[in-house]
Amino acid sequence: MNSTTVTNNMAFSVNFVTDLQELFRYPFMQHAIEAGTIVAVIAGIVGYFVVLRRSSFAAHALSHIGFAGAAGAVLFAVSPVYGLLLFTGVGGSAMAVLSPRAAHRDVHIGTVLAFMLGLGVLFISLYAGNSSQTYSILFGQILGIGSSDVLLTLVAGVIILAVVAVVYRPLLFSSLDEDVAEAKGMPTFLLGIVFMLLVAVATSIAVQVVGVLLIFSLMVTPATIAQQLANRPRTAIGISVTIALIATWLGLSVAYYGPPYPVSFYITTLVFSFYLFVRFAYRRVRPLRMYEPTLEET
Amino acid sequence: MITITPEIVAARNLTAGYANNTVWREASFTINRGEFVAIIGPNGAGKTTLFRLILGLQQPVSGNIEIFNAEPRRGNSLIGYVPQRHGIDSETNIESLELVRLAFSGKSWGVSLSGRDREAALGSMKDVGAQELAHRSLSVLSGGELQRIFLAEALVSGPELLLLDEPLSNLDLKREKDLVQLVNTVVRSRNVTALLIAHNINPLLPFLDKVIFIANGKVATGRPEEVLTSESLTALYGVPVEVLRDSRGNVAIVGIEQHHGDE
Repeated sequence: MNSTTVTNNMAFSVNFVTDLQELFRYPFMQHAIEAGTIVAVIAGIVGYFVVLRRSSFAAHALSHIGFAGAAGAVLFAVSPVYGLLLFTGVGGSAMAVLSPRAAHRDVHIGTVLAFMLGLGVLFISLYAGNSSQTYSILFGQILGIGSSDVLLTLVAGVIILAVVAVVYRPLLFSSLDEDVAEAKGMPTFLLGIVFMLLVAVATSIAVQVVGVLLIFSLMVTPATIAQQLANRPRTAIGISVTIALIATWLGLSVAYYGPPYPVSFYITTLVFSFYLFVRFAYRRVRPLRMYEPTLEET
Repeated sequence: MITITPEIVAARNLTAGYANNTVWREASFTINRGEFVAIIGPNGAGKTTLFRLILGLQQPVSGNIEIFNAEPRRGNSLIGYVPQRHGIDSETNIESLELVRLAFSGKSWGVSLSGRDREAALGSMKDVGAQELAHRSLSVLSGGELQRIFLAEALVSGPELLLLDEPLSNLDLKREKDLVQLVNTVVRSRNVTALLIAHNINPLLPFLDKVIFIANGKVATGRPEEVLTSESLTALYGVPVEVLRDSRGNVAIVGIEQHHGDE
């Protein structure tokens, strides 16, 4: 069985309670819902800072670097998540150190990304086993999550929550106004590294659900939608988490009751639908008035 | 008798720049409490470099600078800083109040539970006449409105020295005048010292106590009528310069062409 699709296709009834109980009938679904819930909350929160800091390329790059780590872990016969954590952690720190200022960070990130993806290619070529594990790293394996993975996800999730709670205000301020934060003597360099490590860990656990190629659907898109709907950080973070949660839960349910296509396909499609709705149907044209025209221009 | 010196900034033979590249050299000046000072000069002359020295973000090449009778240091809460900004990203949908609140309490760890930062932020926004902008997003504010928010952000922690880097760029004449008057009101009513970097000195002239003119690797300081003369600017630029004044006292600085024989 391909671990990204549900094969126990059950009939959907009109009784919501029994439908919900049915969802939790099998351990693989329980684990999927538990891990999916933790990942949605973490990705929704960390994703807000990713979008605020204009660091979506870093999130993208970290997930791909994670792929190399996961491939290495498979080669050495350990759980892919350890490889993910190691590689994204090292890669994220390297990005923060090589390019401490937010501006012009992309080229440095791309440089680290290319090198680490090269390692990934090496690991895959050295690994003689089948390619299904590679496939699940690329596109997620939420239905293949074991109870020990759920525990690891929970621990990682709690650590991320605790760190965000501690660095919340300094990270928010240095993301919004780096120059003033630096002048105020705030540890902007250290905060940059902490942020990258948060993204690294969040990416590592999110890969289980949507895979490295679809990470944007949970780490970036919900937060982008939230930023369009709310201008207060806490409200926006709440919206971001809610969208990620709804997409994950609904994606799992549809995969369970509906056509047995990959869960990550459903999740990405739901998130994209939210995005389209907010972007076009719920359209508030915000006027672009960054500058007053000067006399010469008028 | 012991007197507390009113000096807020004191520079002695100060040379600024980087290891192999001096930006300007041998500047000596003092700025006293409650003075409104303009820093003028061409692009790349090293105006922002002076701010970086005051903020402790950069070390002098040689010479000495003291802020509040002490070495400059990062994180001096007596300084309020408005960096030069190229507008706010139109996708950054953040409430103005949130930025000012964070300027007050952003250094603290954890999540804010008391409403103290909110009160301080609202008070500061009221002081600059921006209270009605509190709940609007930074991305929808006009240039003049943004500068008021940035001023509120700098004032919220109660600084005694304000550093404003090109706040007037991108403002039309009316907004320019409003902002200069606002800064002047802040300076006079709170007895704070303000250093303002600008390209055009004319909107500032009626209010200034001092001018720091940086050009050609040199620094001239003094009262506007001392610095803005043909003699002093000719000495500064090293080429003949003439300062013209119109009937209202506005100045224009023009280079005088030198003719070498037949052309």
